[in-house]
Amino acid sequence: MTELLDILSNLSFWVAVLRIATPLILGTLGVLLCERAGVLNLGIEGIMVAGAFTGWLTVYAGAPLWIGVAVAAGTGAVLGLLHAFLTVGLALSQHVSGLGITLLATSLSYYGYRVSFPKVSTPPTITPFAEMGWLGLPVLAQQTPLTLLALLLVPLLGYVLYRTPLGLSVRMVGENPQAAEGQGVSVAKVRTGAIVAGSALMGMAGSFLTLSAFNAFFFNMVNGRGWICVALVVFASWRPGKALLGALLFAFFDAIQLRLQQSGSAVLPYQLYLMLPYVLSILALVLVARKASYPQALMKPYRKGER
Amino acid sequence: MQLVKRNTASPAALVLAPVGAVLFTLLISALLVLWAGAPVGQTYGLLLQGGFGSVFALSETLTRAVPLMLTGLAAAVAFKARLFNIGAEGQLYVGALAAVAVGGLHGGTGFDLPPALLFVLMLLAAALAGALLLLGPALMKARLGVDEVVTTLLLNFIVLLLVSLMLDGPMKDPTAMGWPQSVALIADLELGKLIAQTRLHNGLLGACALAVLVWVLLKYTVLGFDIRAVGANPRAAAFAGVPVTRTVVLVAMLSGALAGLAGAIEVAGRTSYLTLDMSPGYGYSGIVIAMLAGLHPLGVVAASVFVAGVLVGADSMSRAVGVPTYIADVIVATSLISVLVATLLTQYKVKFK
Repeated sequence: MTELLDILSNLSFWVAVLRIATPLILGTLGVLLCERAGVLNLGIEGIMVAGAFTGWLTVYAGAPLWIGVAVAAGTGAVLGLLHAFLTVGLALSQHVSGLGITLLATSLSYYGYRVSFPKVSTPPTITPFAEMGWLGLPVLAQQTPLTLLALLLVPLLGYVLYRTPLGLSVRMVGENPQAAEGQGVSVAKVRTGAIVAGSALMGMAGSFLTLSAFNAFFFNMVNGRGWICVALVVFASWRPGKALLGALLFAFFDAIQLRLQQSGSAVLPYQLYLMLPYVLSILALVLVARKASYPQALMKPYRKGER
Repeated sequence: MQLVKRNTASPAALVLAPVGAVLFTLLISALLVLWAGAPVGQTYGLLLQGGFGSVFALSETLTRAVPLMLTGLAAAVAFKARLFNIGAEGQLYVGALAAVAVGGLHGGTGFDLPPALLFVLMLLAAALAGALLLLGPALMKARLGVDEVVTTLLLNFIVLLLVSLMLDGPMKDPTAMGWPQSVALIADLELGKLIAQTRLHNGLLGACALAVLVWVLLKYTVLGFDIRAVGANPRAAAFAGVPVTRTVVLVAMLSGALAGLAGAIEVAGRTSYLTLDMSPGYGYSGIVIAMLAGLHPLGVVAASVFVAGVLVGADSMSRAVGVPTYIADVIVATSLISVLVATLLTQYKVKFK
């Protein structure tokens, strides 16, 4: 117990929580935006890999870090456009299209990495984002600008979704596309826009891994973070504020298990600690299940003029 | 862009669609091969030869196809009922764990049971383990409305950690020099070879037999009808008196059992013990295979041989011309997407306004 208190009273622990949470915040906001418009995007896992790879490669080639982030977002947007073409334009199964995109984006990234660096044993590195020491705030000063951006995007997305006509359109096509069409809203355009923007956020989430958390690209570095985001959106009842809370909560348990593992006095096998965040995610899904208010048109393809 | 349903499938589209899908996949992959600086024709030739060009190549391909057939069937039955089981990877591993627990522990005595009985018990344990792992998400979906995609995905990670835990502890092979590897099955439980001097084992026959069984089940039985009805329209099915929850649960048990068997047959047919890298994503590939096959159980057999051939062929091609093996996954992913689009175009016309 005292050990747990030691961990919690240590400032570096909270720094770690926020760092672990950052890609989850960005990814969860991305999934949330897609799902609010009625489209599940299981491409996130692969889009994060692709964003991590292209963002890193751009910086490795000599571009500034922010250009790397922009390229990662652009990569996400392109893959999102493909997902939109398949699920909105052609009204194919959202599950299958998403999984296909994950496979495609992941294998293309790994292929590209191997073609670009055929014979490296240690991954080539870049200089990642620096901490924002100038900020002078505890915990936040030890983060990079991408974390600040992620935190600022939460209220921004909330504002856009709930306070602007555009956000209303997004929520409408996710709840009742027929009614939206009746109001003169183009379901196809709004859904496509939401998927492209959401996927850009997923790409940025990936770039955080290679441009901020680490300084190189590794195979399997995304390691299920994308799927966690899909779970977090359900936990958050599709609300940006709660998505932030969920990401922080998940990161909190992830950081705890890391510390408990390292503390040496760990009595249980380390695998049990690693399982903790996944088990808690499932538990959280079960707990909110009764109250979960899915966007009504989620996963329902919309073909104009067809019921 | 608008989709207009065709009243009758156009014959031209039916022929052109698969051809177009194949050509598109070949074109995309050719660009990637050029990027790697390898000659396209030679690379494709080597890939084909490495996957199908000799008895050895074919035996390797079919060996790789066995677990893919079973996970492909697991995905196909589940998706038929709109139960999106993305957890075949985890179910495969718990199946393998159960198989080793029954057939390998107890100091290699196997409870002193006759091998034939123990073999059956081993398969049953694996099937049951896989089925139970999917039962949870299926019940959560049916009772609480929890999306099964997320729960089955998350369970994959939990199961892999569980396997790692067992390989570090209770199931660790003490003679494996610290390598995380389970105790081996007793020798009597290993599957016989189909072709001597190759790795191809009798599991292939079992997997093909199961594909036929699943096909008969879906086409000619009441449960099969219920599964198709629930998949087509759950509300209409419930209205027509189909027991929806019961059907979803039964489908989950069947799907999980098939994936669990994939694990047991991999252990009994190929590795004889369990490691953490036994499956290079067979569970996920199974979903792709099921979709390539249009969820048809017999199509799954063909699709898994195709995917296995690409994977095996890419391995040997990569050694020769230095194109990274990841090209195999790109080919599989591109063919999945182009086949989906092509199938749709046989049913719908696209109108541009």
